[in-house]
Amino acid sequence: MTVTEEQAVFDCRQAFAGELIALARQDERVVAVCNDSVGSSNLAGFRAEFPHRMFNVGIAEQDMVGIAAGLANAGKIPYVCAAAPFLTGRALEQIKADVAYSEAHVVLCGQSPGMAYGELGPTHHSIEDLSWVRAIAGLDVIVPCDPVQTRAAVRWAAASGRPSYLRIPRFKVPEVTPADAPFAPGRAVVMRGGDDVTVIAIGSLTSRALLAADRLQAEGVSVRVLNMPFLDPLDEDAVVAAARQTRGIVTAEEATTSGGLGAAVAAAVVSLHPGPMRILGVPRVFAPTGDNGFLLDYFGLSADGIAAAVRDLLRRG
Amino acid sequence: MALLPADPAAAAAYRETARRIRESAAPQAAAELGRIATDVRRSIVTMIDRAGLGHIGGDLSVTDILVTCFYGVMSVDPERPRWEHRDRFVLSKGHCAAALYSTLAHCGFFAPAELETFMAPLSALNGHPNRVRVPGIETNTGALGHGLPVATGCALAARLDGVPWRTFVVLGDGELQEGSNWEAAMAAAHHELAGLTAVVDRNRLQQGARTEETNRLDSLAGKWHSFGWEVREVDGHDHLALRQALAGSATGRPVAVIANTIKGKGVSFMEDRVEWHHKVPDPAQVRAALAELAG
Repeated sequence: MTVTEEQAVFDCRQAFAGELIALARQDERVVAVCNDSVGSSNLAGFRAEFPHRMFNVGIAEQDMVGIAAGLANAGKIPYVCAAAPFLTGRALEQIKADVAYSEAHVVLCGQSPGMAYGELGPTHHSIEDLSWVRAIAGLDVIVPCDPVQTRAAVRWAAASGRPSYLRIPRFKVPEVTPADAPFAPGRAVVMRGGDDVTVIAIGSLTSRALLAADRLQAEGVSVRVLNMPFLDPLDEDAVVAAARQTRGIVTAEEATTSGGLGAAVAAAVVSLHPGPMRILGVPRVFAPTGDNGFLLDYFGLSADGIAAAVRDLLRRG
Repeated sequence: MALLPADPAAAAAYRETARRIRESAAPQAAAELGRIATDVRRSIVTMIDRAGLGHIGGDLSVTDILVTCFYGVMSVDPERPRWEHRDRFVLSKGHCAAALYSTLAHCGFFAPAELETFMAPLSALNGHPNRVRVPGIETNTGALGHGLPVATGCALAARLDGVPWRTFVVLGDGELQEGSNWEAAMAAAHHELAGLTAVVDRNRLQQGARTEETNRLDSLAGKWHSFGWEVREVDGHDHLALRQALAGSATGRPVAVIANTIKGKGVSFMEDRVEWHHKVPDPAQVRAALAELAG
C-alpha cells in the first residue's frame, strides 16, 4: 500500500455517523448518547431518523457515561459520542467503574481526538486518552486510521458484547486500509512489507508512515509499515516478529508518549525480544497554538519526522 | 467468572414471605419486615466481625430501606437475577455492601453461607458490590456519585421500551456532595422518568463529620424539588412509611424519598456516632450488639 500527497482525504466522523445509522436500521438495540455534541459528533442524521433512540444529556459527561451503562443494563447498545478530551477526562471514573469493571456493553466513541482542535488549545486536545483508557482493564481500545477501519470499528463494537473505546479521527486522512486487511482484536495490519526497519503507526499517523516509507525506499531503505487498529489487545506476535526480523521499531501516534502505542509496543519488545526503538508522539508538554497539521509537523509527526527517526535508528541503533 | 448460584430453598421462602407481606394487614406486614431487618442487622454485625472490615454505621442505617425494597415493593426473582422484566436496584452507597449482601442472601440470590466469605481472599463478596460475581447487583459501585446516573439510564431504557419495570437507587446523603448526582437529577427530571425512585439514606453523617458541618445539604427536600422531582420525606426506619413512599410516582415525575435515618441504627452505642462509619467492633462490642439485636 502506498499513499500520495494528492490522494482524497476524509473526516472519519462522517464514516462513523453513516455506519451508525446503517447499524441502527438493522439493530434496534443501538442508541446514541451525547453531550450537546449532536453537531460535532455528526449525529443530526441519526437524530432525524431515530429521535427516540438519541439521548442528548447536555453538558454532563459523567452522567452521559453512567446513563449509557444503565441503558446497557437494560439491553441497549449505547454509542456514547463526545469530544474525546471530555469523554475520557471528565468521565474517566465512570468509564472505569460503570462500563469496564461492570462489563457494560457500552461503545465509547471519542470524537476529534489528538490535536484535532489544534488552535483551541490543550484543554481541547485529547492526547492523554490512550494512556488513560489503556490503563483500564476489560476495555478494548480501537484506533481507526481511515474510513474503512472506522466503519469496521462501529460494526465490530456492536457485535463484540464488550465495552470498547473507539477513537474517531477528525483530521482528514486518505483511505489506506487494504481490502483484505483483518479487523480483529490482537491483529495487526501489514500496510507494507519491508526488512530494514518497522514503523508501527496508528490513526492519523498511518498514512504519514506510508509516505515516510516511500521516501526511504527511494534511499534504498526497506520499511515495513504495520498498523494496529486494536491498540488493546495489541498484536504482540507482529511486534515480536518486527523486532526479530528488522533492525528496530519506530512507533508513531497522535498522542502523548507516556502511555499509548509506543509504551505498549516498548513493553512487548522489552519483555519478548529487546531491540532498538524510537517512540514518536507528543512529548510530555502542552502543545503551542497551531492547527492540527501544524502541530503534527511541529512534534515531528510527519513523513519527514518519521523518516528521520528511521534513519537515526539505522545510524545509532 | 460466573455468578454465584441461587439458593432455591431460600428463594422459595422469599417468594412466600414477600407475597405474605404484600397481602397482609399493616401490623403483620410491619412485624414481618421488622423481623427480617433484625436478621439482616445481625448478619451485618457478624460479617464485619469476621472480616475485621466494613462500614457498619451506614449498613445499619440503610437496612430498613433495603428490606422494604426487596420484601415489600420490588418485583425480582432471586432464581432469575437477570430476568428481563425485573425491577432494577442500585446501591449507590456501595460501601454498605454488607447490608446489601445480607439482604440478597436472605432473599435467596445466593446461599447465606457465602456471607462467611465477606472480603476474604478471592471471595465474590468484595467490600463493594460487583455485578459480575454477585446476582442481584446491577452495576459496580463503590466510588460515590455513580448510582443515580446508571439508574437514570435504566429508567430511560424502560421508558423507551414501554415496559413497566421500575428502577430504585439508594444514595448516601454525604454522597450527594458529588456533582454527578445533580447532573443525573436534572436529566431524570427533564425526561420525566416516573419509573425512577431515588432513596436518600439521610443519616446526616459522613465519614469524617456531620454532613451539615462538612458541606451543607439542607434544605435537601428543597433541592430535589427544585430539580423537578416529586419529593417524599419519611422516617427511614418505619417500614410501612417507607413502603408507602416507595409506591410509584403520583405526578409523572421521578420520585426522591428522603429517608431520615440513624447511622448505626439498632445498636445503641453506635447510633448517630461518627466514629462508627467504619470502625470494627471488638469482641465484647459484638456480643453487646448481637444482644441488642436479639429480636
